[in-house]
Amino acid sequence: RRECPLAQLMDSETDMVRQIRALDSDMQTLVYENYNKFISATAISPSGMDSQCCLEDIPTVQEPHTDSARISATLQDRHERITKLAGVHALLRKLQFLFELPSRLTKCVELGAYGQAVRYQGRAQAVLQQYQHLPSFRAIQDDCQVITARLAQQLRQRFREGGSGAPEQAECVELLLALGEPAEELCEEFLAHARGRLEEELRSLEAELGPSPPAPDVLEFTDHGGSGFVGGLCQVAAAYQELFAAQGPAGAERLAAFARELGSRYFALVERRLAQEQGGGDNSLLVRALDRFHRRLRAPGALLAAVGLAEAATEIVERVARERLGHHLQGLRAAFLGCLTDVRQALAAPRVAGKEGPGLAELLANVASSILSHIKASLAAVHLFTAKEVSFSNKPYFRGEFCSQGVREGLIVGFIRSMCQTAQSFCDSPGEKGGATPPALLLLLSRLCLDYETATISYILTLTDEQFLVQDQFPVTPVSTLCAEARETARRLLTHYVKVQGLVISQMLRKSVETRDWLSTLEPRNVRAVMKRVVEDTTAIDVQVGLLYEEGVRKAQSSDSSKRTFSVYSSSRQQGRYAPSYTPSAPMDTNLLSNIQKLFSERIDVFSPVEFNKVSVLTGIIKISLKTLLECVRLRTFGRVGLQQVQVDCHFLQLYLWRFVADEELVHLLLDEVVASAALRCPDPVPMEPSVVEVICERG
Amino acid sequence: MEDDAPVIYGLEFQIHIIDFDDENNIINKNVLLHQAGEIWHISASPADRGVLATCYNRTSDSKVLTCAAVWRMPKELESGSHESPDDSSSTAQTLELLCHLDNTAHSNMACVVWEPMGDGKKIISLADNHILLWDLQESSSQAVLASSASLGGKGQLKFTSGRWSPHHNCTQVATANDTTLRGWDTRSMSQIYCIENAHGQLVRDLDFNPNKQYYLASCGDDCKVKFWDTRNVTEPVKTLEEHSHWVWNVRYNHSHDQLVLTGSSDSRVILSNMVSISSEPFGHLVDDDDISDQEDHRSEEKSKEPLQDNVIATYEEHEDSVYAVDWSSADPWLFASLSYDGRLVINRVPRALKYHILL
Repeated sequence: RRECPLAQLMDSETDMVRQIRALDSDMQTLVYENYNKFISATAISPSGMDSQCCLEDIPTVQEPHTDSARISATLQDRHERITKLAGVHALLRKLQFLFELPSRLTKCVELGAYGQAVRYQGRAQAVLQQYQHLPSFRAIQDDCQVITARLAQQLRQRFREGGSGAPEQAECVELLLALGEPAEELCEEFLAHARGRLEEELRSLEAELGPSPPAPDVLEFTDHGGSGFVGGLCQVAAAYQELFAAQGPAGAERLAAFARELGSRYFALVERRLAQEQGGGDNSLLVRALDRFHRRLRAPGALLAAVGLAEAATEIVERVARERLGHHLQGLRAAFLGCLTDVRQALAAPRVAGKEGPGLAELLANVASSILSHIKASLAAVHLFTAKEVSFSNKPYFRGEFCSQGVREGLIVGFIRSMCQTAQSFCDSPGEKGGATPPALLLLLSRLCLDYETATISYILTLTDEQFLVQDQFPVTPVSTLCAEARETARRLLTHYVKVQGLVISQMLRKSVETRDWLSTLEPRNVRAVMKRVVEDTTAIDVQVGLLYEEGVRKAQSSDSSKRTFSVYSSSRQQGRYAPSYTPSAPMDTNLLSNIQKLFSERIDVFSPVEFNKVSVLTGIIKISLKTLLECVRLRTFGRVGLQQVQVDCHFLQLYLWRFVADEELVHLLLDEVVASAALRCPDPVPMEPSVVEVICERG
Repeated sequence: MEDDAPVIYGLEFQIHIIDFDDENNIINKNVLLHQAGEIWHISASPADRGVLATCYNRTSDSKVLTCAAVWRMPKELESGSHESPDDSSSTAQTLELLCHLDNTAHSNMACVVWEPMGDGKKIISLADNHILLWDLQESSSQAVLASSASLGGKGQLKFTSGRWSPHHNCTQVATANDTTLRGWDTRSMSQIYCIENAHGQLVRDLDFNPNKQYYLASCGDDCKVKFWDTRNVTEPVKTLEEHSHWVWNVRYNHSHDQLVLTGSSDSRVILSNMVSISSEPFGHLVDDDDISDQEDHRSEEKSKEPLQDNVIATYEEHEDSVYAVDWSSADPWLFASLSYDGRLVINRVPRALKYHILL
């Protein structure tokens, strides 16, 4: 006989029994299925046909069946015994395990094989629970509970010590969960622990922020933050979700709250760091740092979609981008003001004899190119934000609003507007008298604005639109509006220039009329020096304006300049006007005459807007000056000689000023008026012979 | 109503008294001879309609002296309704001199101002850099210098214009010299406020708001009209820049102070409606007792309309510089302007605006 272990025997026995049963049932099925055949067979047998063969078959079928029944019957007894024995054996083994459990657990705990211990405990738990009414089991259970408690405590201890990294902690938590520790409490502890570690990271980040120590650059900072804090947060979140998946929405909510709180603290730190960066000029580093920052937060963002870390990060990036734009706008403004200061200095610099300082045109070119290069630099700097490789560049903000509202409107249009405003502010300066702004600067700015209107604005905007493919529906300021603003600014500046320069000359003329005693003056021998000065200054202004503005059109009047007009001016018209009229008997005639004459001459708008050309500017200045002369003359009383002096002066002015103005008739009119007024203010009006006037003027 | 027009015709100086008959639209002119000299400034006594003061130039050999004197018109002209023939020269009458504002110490009288609403006894004259307060005694036949003050400082300071404030019991006078406005207390003859650089250039004229005690308007060669609150002298309350040349005159309407009249050497007269800084910023205030509720409601509605300062009209009848504008003292809707060429234009406030203000 073969030797077999009991268990194998038992197995083969049960196997056999099973087979027997299977056979049995097969047989029955066969019988049932062939029942009809049997019936028909019995029906046929009386007919005596094949009955013999059929009946002979039946016992052969029944034979194995009875054999098997017999065998199983003999084996039955044994089988039952064996089964019983095996059952007892298993039970004994279980009992043995139970009785040994406390010591085993103790051993496991001592050895630190917590996993094993937890598995044992898990196996025994149910049985002990079931049989706890038996005293012996009760004792074991109590022992086990004590040990398990110790185990749990040790696990917690280990968990709390936290010297080990997050994975081991996760293991601890897993074991504790298996021990049936309350999950909620564990969540709390787990998170509290994670918080401790993450706060450590935050503290170290904060230390880097510190007020005085040389902070690492922003890229390094975000790197630290990214690997330290964000990485940690990721681990925690992943582990938590794995461990406490069973906790359902409440657990997820807890994690979200945790992440939200720490995340916001992290963001606050990052923002503080970024704020330190605001003053800096290096955009590329900042953009790279922002890119890292943003990229890093995508992982936890995906893990914790509900917390909105990624969104918050994007928001921060957007904010920084906005602030950068503001910073660049400030930078551009400062650059513009710097340019103006340079121009002022250049204008104020004492001229070295023989060597002309930089001309106005040159200064203008310098200013224009300097501003343009600043604008381009700013554009290039902010363009980094939209570079393809930057992780946030495909966010809707950076694709749309940043380009159109931020860069185009905020930066470029904003700068051009502020430039116009700055320029206009020179027109409103309260110290009109002192003329704090050098006139040349006004002129230069006016030309600059005009250049912007004609070309630069559209160039800059085209450049911007090309670099930043503006593709959203926000309304943008059209080029034409900006151009109109620039033109208006240019016009105001030029008008103000005319006023200022006109005022300078006016003051000279005014002083010359007001301070002189016109009643007791000497016979005119010369043109007064002040008139020469006026002509000199006007010539200087003419040169100055000519540097920046085109000539402009003047009324074609005559090539033969002074002679002809002089004769009209001083002999026929003037004499006809006042010589016969100073008898008391005929006052009406004078008025009538002068009124009729005025009916045919157009009203002169003294301070009128100017056009962008030299002639118009000069016309404006001369108009203002001569009108002042006129009004001043009307406030004085002239002796005969005084009148003659005025005559000489006016003729001199007429000789030299006509060439500057658009319509020389205007100069004639005003000067006529001056002489006529002086004559009216003279008790003894005897005009000088035109020929004498002419001689004096030519001499002087 | 009368309007005095200083016009220089050769060597004969006249004062024209012009009667304007509103109902019949007839103008009458009476001419008074002012033999003392060429008149530069003229002002009528507030108490006695027959008395007026002038500043005039007296030319002697090679010197021009500006003096001031108080005169009385011939009795028959005072009535105003006196019918005079058209030919002015034949009926030219002479002013009766009451007294000189003695000018031995001070020459160059720039202007003379009467105490407003007073008894016609007090008069102030501005001479160079002095303010002289005169007491007229014995029915104006004698002028006694009561007190004076003078402007200290560098350079040749010279008053150009002055006004006597109708507020504060007539104790304040404002003067202009160069670009500066100053306020003086007539009791102590001391300066009470000073607006430096009130205008970019010379200040030509100023006027007090008749209804708001701290408000003052000024105008000058910078083509601007500025409105000041004398309690805050750092910047003007409002600035108008409508004229294209020096503004020579600014005048508040005597009863509706939102109406401001300015005359300029750009030959224009501009009537502005300065509602926002007037004493009636919300339109005419109507007493509750006088009107029914319905009307009250209507006026309330009207007051809600945003009232804006604007130019009502620009009058371009003058061909030459306008040197004087003033409101009629009898009819608040009537004003006159005078230009260099001797043209006097009398205008009315547009009817629509008049009703808008009244209703």
